[in-house]
Amino acid sequence: MNDAGAIDDAEAAARDRPGLGDIFKVFLMAGAISFGGGVLAYLREFLVRDHGWLDDDDFLDALEVSETLPGLNSVNMSVIVGDRMRGAIGAAVAAVGLMLPGMVVMMTLGVLWEQQRHNPEVGHFLVGVAASAVGLLLTVTLQLGHKQFVRPLDLMIIAATFVAVSVFKVSLGWVLLVMGPVAIWLYRPRGAVETAERFTHLRDRFHSHRSHWRH
Amino acid sequence: MHKLISLAWVFALLGILAVGGGTAVLPEMQRMTVSQFHWVTDKQFRDIYSLGQVAPGPNMLMVMVIGYRVAGYLGSAIVAFAFFVPDCLLTLFANRMWLRYSESPWRHAIQRAMAPISIGLMLSGTYAIAQLSIHNLMSFAIAAATLSVLMWRRVNPLLLISVGGLAYLVFFVATAHSATP
Repeated sequence: MNDAGAIDDAEAAARDRPGLGDIFKVFLMAGAISFGGGVLAYLREFLVRDHGWLDDDDFLDALEVSETLPGLNSVNMSVIVGDRMRGAIGAAVAAVGLMLPGMVVMMTLGVLWEQQRHNPEVGHFLVGVAASAVGLLLTVTLQLGHKQFVRPLDLMIIAATFVAVSVFKVSLGWVLLVMGPVAIWLYRPRGAVETAERFTHLRDRFHSHRSHWRH
Repeated sequence: MHKLISLAWVFALLGILAVGGGTAVLPEMQRMTVSQFHWVTDKQFRDIYSLGQVAPGPNMLMVMVIGYRVAGYLGSAIVAFAFFVPDCLLTLFANRMWLRYSESPWRHAIQRAMAPISIGLMLSGTYAIAQLSIHNLMSFAIAAATLSVLMWRRVNPLLLISVGGLAYLVFFVATAHSATP
């Protein structure tokens, strides 16, 4: 959260750092039992509640960084948390643990699908799964963006991004190169108001994530 | 060999462009793997995406199946490496820098700015999957039912998605049966 907190956390982490085996086990479990984009909810449950390796603020801070950087949020979280516990090796162990069960299942399903993909029943089932996934994705997007959807400036950025990608089929690289700097300029630091705003923002994020995970 | 190199750079690029997570990069992934390189068809892309929903862990592990289709097990290994490793390294180093500049107001500005862009991209990803899967009233009903159930309460997504898949399957078997008495 702040420098003093970071130093305390570092000292605490140095005192009882979880072993690489423990890190691997926890992330392996999260990777094995989470479905439909629910990885983050399990990570929070395991890391914050069950093991106490992080507190809620640390978790949300790491989550904000994960969401801002490119890559899957859950994999980025594993890297950040693993690095915090045990440095680069910890990060590698956490990320591999998280992805290993899914990789095995995914490849098994992929090979089976290669053999069965002309089977119309398999096709119908997978269309139903994709349609269901649309409902799931929409829910996740609405929950994750519920603060942004009610702020006019954010809503304009959301709409511009969506229209550029989905209507005008602008390639993602160009969208990010143009929208990124424009949005950062719109939100550029403007003095003391920012500090107060930052706290409100963090608190909002906390509540939104809470409601996202609790139900 | 040429194919393996294409796989590596396409998925490395897609990984770096995945700002806002896996869903955000779906339209670009579809464009590159279907329209540009013809590695999969639209239908195959949709089916592989669905497999990712049924497997545990991050859904985007489904990229490995695209690699497998193009070049077997070696293809899936290359895709997994290219898609995940650069992002992991970037996160490792960017996060350490992030922590050093945690008091900088620019850090907050960047986070505030990227949030709505990510949401817009996720909407585009959702829209891409909708275009591939919602072609009739039944698939629309399945999507709407999933959304309603999740808005109402937390349900295991695997359960919901399996029910969605089975409902569509039963719908087709039933209508095919009634059409041919």
